[in-house]
Amino acid sequence: MERILLKNIDNPESHRLKEYERVGGYSSLRKVLEQMSPQDVIEEVKTSGLRGRGGAGFPTGMKWEFASRDPKFPKYLICNADEGEPGTFKDRPILERNPHLLIEGMVISAYALKAEIGYIYLRGEYPYAKTVLEEAIREAYEAGYLGDNILGRGVRFHLSVHQGAGAYICGEETALIESIEGKRGQPRIKPPFPVNVGAWGMPTVVNNVETLANVPYIVEIGGEEYKKIGSPECPGPKLYSVSCCVKRPGVYELPMGTTLREIIYEHAGGIRDGRQLKAVIPGGISTPVLTPDRIDCPMDFVSLPKYGSMLGSGAVMVLDDSVCMVKVTWRAMRFFEHESCGKCTPCREGTGWLRNILERLEGGMGRPGDIELLQDVAKSIQGKTFCPLGDGAASVVLSFVRNFPEEFEFHIKEKRCMVGEG
Amino acid sequence: MEAFLREVQEVVKRYPQKRAAILPALYLAEQRFGWLSQEAYEAVAEALNMPKATVKGVATFYSMYRKAPMGRNLIQLCTNVACMVMGAETLLQLLERRYGLRPGGTTEDGRFSLVVMECIGACDRAPAMLVNKDFHPNLNENNIIEILEGYS
Repeated sequence: MERILLKNIDNPESHRLKEYERVGGYSSLRKVLEQMSPQDVIEEVKTSGLRGRGGAGFPTGMKWEFASRDPKFPKYLICNADEGEPGTFKDRPILERNPHLLIEGMVISAYALKAEIGYIYLRGEYPYAKTVLEEAIREAYEAGYLGDNILGRGVRFHLSVHQGAGAYICGEETALIESIEGKRGQPRIKPPFPVNVGAWGMPTVVNNVETLANVPYIVEIGGEEYKKIGSPECPGPKLYSVSCCVKRPGVYELPMGTTLREIIYEHAGGIRDGRQLKAVIPGGISTPVLTPDRIDCPMDFVSLPKYGSMLGSGAVMVLDDSVCMVKVTWRAMRFFEHESCGKCTPCREGTGWLRNILERLEGGMGRPGDIELLQDVAKSIQGKTFCPLGDGAASVVLSFVRNFPEEFEFHIKEKRCMVGEG
Repeated sequence: MEAFLREVQEVVKRYPQKRAAILPALYLAEQRFGWLSQEAYEAVAEALNMPKATVKGVATFYSMYRKAPMGRNLIQLCTNVACMVMGAETLLQLLERRYGLRPGGTTEDGRFSLVVMECIGACDRAPAMLVNKDFHPNLNENNIIEILEGYS
């Protein structure tokens, strides 16, 4: 497949405006401002079938339609660049090497939504991306792609970077909005949804980096053509970030719906050091783990649930037979405990208890009944929290215990790991 | 102090309400005061005309703000699943042996502080760390010391 989102990124100057323009950059924005109404843009995105790439897979055109129909003004457009889901680094090449693609996508989206102010909520862990984005924004202002009179067409859009400070939960859109408003990043209850009551109580669209980066291409070739890429129910290109025990980890831009097997063995070069595949976390640490017999699953929003997991952010974490599943579960739970915002008791307390039990299993002090206890605590979190962080934590434990019970039992009986020296 | 106030006022312009400038103003305060001391909280509170408790209440939610004095160089080493699988734990042990540095701690000479991170989005080049604002991927027991020796 021709690269769309990562076009030109091998060029060391790809982040510069003149390089982006050289490969056709900002021609979609011109087309939009000269030939299309805001509603035309929304219709085109609806036709394209684009689904949000942040993890939920919600149809982007529909989200825009909801915000656009709300009579309240001003409206806000926020780019979610908080990619904090462990295993995820797919937006990084766009942010660091193709920032103008994101800016162009945002200006077009803002025009469609009649939003005049936008923010890129960038995670604090990406200081280099901040430098690149701010320089790209400066270039875009200077060239008239941002400001009070964009390309002389009387369109207004102002954009700035809002830097997060290490809170994973701020990737959740309502927590992100709280954080932009200058508050602790704790999720709000939904409904109302941000499209109606978002930043400062106004209609707000929060879209992932990769989602917005698809918009210029949709405008360029049209929704009908775009829909031919990828799988019918989830069209378009997808960025898969592949990590851990493969020969060639990295970000791969492939048609949505490429199978896990193809991603792991063809693109990422297969398992390192001649080892055997043991487990795959297909969409970032919060998505349920899959066993090797399930890797013929197409990687899209509708197929993965049929195989017992979720696409999430498309972060494929490949674990080979040298990796202890108890240890991975323990480390994942330390993450959830650390990142739980503390608002909902089941998540705040439950993640700590789960980590505690996993820690004693890992440390050779597991007790009979610990597996059942893990399941019991996990089920007491599931479905009982404001946001999906708690569900993610619970499903990690439940899926690892379900798929690798022998490793957990071995830890209890033998007081050590089934694999490695542990 | 005047310069700090001016910088904060610049940031405030980006938002419809000035409270939104708390996060960026905390970063500015960190640059100016080195860490978020009481003095730093007061400066932000004053610049935004807001109770200090509000400012501090926000800051304490976010792990990346420096809530204690730090060494001259801040090492932020990722130990999340991908970095763990690729050997970050041996690097932690090495930092303790070599510099007497433990997570959350600072070397006696004030040269390094160490913070253990939750995924810095470098899983394809794991293990990885940030030193101050510099990103260092593909670490191993040899190159990590070489890299750190470049920071005085």
